Amino acid sequence: MSYHVNEQGYYGEFGGAFIPEMLYPNVEELRQNYLKITSEASFREEFSSLLRDYVGRPTPLYFAERLSEKYKTKIYLKREDLCHTGAHKVNNTIGQILLAKRLGKNRIIAETGAGQHGVATATVCALMGLECVVYMGEVDIARQAPNVARMKMLGATVIPALSGSRTLKDATNEAIRDWINNPTNTHYIIGSVVGPHPYPDMVARFQSVISKEISEQLNEKEGCHSPDYVVACVGGGSNAAGAFYHFLDDENVGLIAVEAAGKGIDTGESAATSVLGKAGIIHGSKTLLMQSPDGQITEPYSISAGLDYPGVGPLHAHLYTSGRGEFISITDDDAMQAGLELSELEGIIPAIETSHALAIFKDRPFDLKDIVVVNLSGRGDKDLDTYIEYFNL
Amino acid sequence: MNRITDRLGKQEKVLSIYFTAGYPNLDDTIKIIEALEQSGVDMVEIGLPFSDPLADGPTIQHSSTIALENGMHTDLLFSQLKDIRKKISIPLILMGYFNPVLQYGVERFCKKCKEVGIDGLILPDLPLNEYQEHCADIFKKYGLINVFLITPQTSDTRIRQIDESSKGFIYMVSSASTTGKTSGFGPEQRGYFTRVSSMDLTNPLIVGFGISNAETYAMATEHTKGAIIGSAFIKMLNSEGISGILNFVNSIKR
Repeated sequence: MSYHVNEQGYYGEFGGAFIPEMLYPNVEELRQNYLKITSEASFREEFSSLLRDYVGRPTPLYFAERLSEKYKTKIYLKREDLCHTGAHKVNNTIGQILLAKRLGKNRIIAETGAGQHGVATATVCALMGLECVVYMGEVDIARQAPNVARMKMLGATVIPALSGSRTLKDATNEAIRDWINNPTNTHYIIGSVVGPHPYPDMVARFQSVISKEISEQLNEKEGCHSPDYVVACVGGGSNAAGAFYHFLDDENVGLIAVEAAGKGIDTGESAATSVLGKAGIIHGSKTLLMQSPDGQITEPYSISAGLDYPGVGPLHAHLYTSGRGEFISITDDDAMQAGLELSELEGIIPAIETSHALAIFKDRPFDLKDIVVVNLSGRGDKDLDTYIEYFNL
Repeated sequence: MNRITDRLGKQEKVLSIYFTAGYPNLDDTIKIIEALEQSGVDMVEIGLPFSDPLADGPTIQHSSTIALENGMHTDLLFSQLKDIRKKISIPLILMGYFNPVLQYGVERFCKKCKEVGIDGLILPDLPLNEYQEHCADIFKKYGLINVFLITPQTSDTRIRQIDESSKGFIYMVSSASTTGKTSGFGPEQRGYFTRVSSMDLTNPLIVGFGISNAETYAMATEHTKGAIIGSAFIKMLNSEGISGILNFVNSIKR
């Protein structure tokens, strides 16, 4: 079975481009050009030199000794939190802005949940001198205030999404509406492996540098090219897609995707799409989706703004239904405890999104000899208010 | 014959009105359709509300949210429309997003449409290739016309492809925008209307988006078969209610 996108833009039964005709020329322009442009030597050179000199890649693969001791297995942390801007998101925004420039676009729009993608987009727009508009749910603006301020300092306009649950889903709706209204000069930098084809594949390719480095670094440290497991949190799923990418076809590598259970799977306040969703269409893609029996998209919930999304990228929907991926849901409480634990044991304060991935060790045993790589997708600075409130710090 | 093609075969221009089922009140659906036919409207688009209407501006988004809060859902709409053909003879089109149709089951949805007397569907996020591959045979089986959209950015080649796949009319989106955004047409729109209308297409063109009064209606229909009004009608319903429909239609068709 293939876990890569096919010619029609599908991963198994998931994917495609379910877009209104108004978006067809834009999406078609991307589809026809993304592979061609990103394989040009000049593009690859500019992309990799920016990843090296501006983002700070390769990010370390760090052996977490005390955490490993506690959970009786060998845990490595892929330090995406050390990327410029504090999360993996910038790998993708660098790639997309180089692409947008080559397509002659002078205006960039983006959606953001936790604000990490918004900051990463505003950053590359400042770097390239392009106009930047970021849509962000009103609820997220309130709970991620530092990131809103960062985007403003970087020269971006932040527009609150006031519809629906006023979170990531609604910010994405507003960004898509903006694109419909500005079809010629604007490129939409989607922040995750969601949206119409070719976005899921394009974003996964830009993020795939994560798994490429993991493989090279494991070779140095352990003398092997692949771990036994790769663990990553999944909202839309971009850090997971990047961390899994080079291991997708290697069935010896267990791929563990960690979703947000919110207050619990059965509480009605959850974002565990693989458990609660069924096949449907969201933001131009056929994928697993939390919805009413009638096909209305339901409001998700998670303490983490970056996982608060009712869908999941079509690659992940395929990994779930094919059985290739192991999906685990983690509650708000367990995630918060795991975030505190990593801070205390390793001196690393993770983003709450990432804390979900770290929380699996409590109940998911591994062998002593297993090499488990956790993608440490982001740092926790933006979440300090939530940590302070939760732990009465 | 299908009621849509019958009506399009006649000489007169076509005024089509969009409204969201379940708005302003849950049981207004039939009353609105009756008032529209009595006022001389030629075709009606019944909106099946969706939680995330990507192609719609604030007015239709709001009406969809209220309709869903009122309790509108697919089965309820079909049961409201059960006896519609005993009273109404103008063409009726269901307009909505693809996910609710997919969840209902495409074949089951189409069968219901035929049973109640729906003549066609407009599903903006069901693109041409997906329609042809997965839906065309089912639509045909139940005598339903699928309506595709074109925009000022649609290439001539693609307009011809869409024309070939269309059996009723082509929904000509007046400008690059979500619904209810623009007011009035500039030289760019007029150029686009003339350009496409001179392509000698098989299907007639009906213009939508940005039509709100007699002036824009006249401009849109100068080179095309008809025009669709949505957001402006919903705004009127909001302020005047169903009793304002006759005056509204007269003001457009004067």
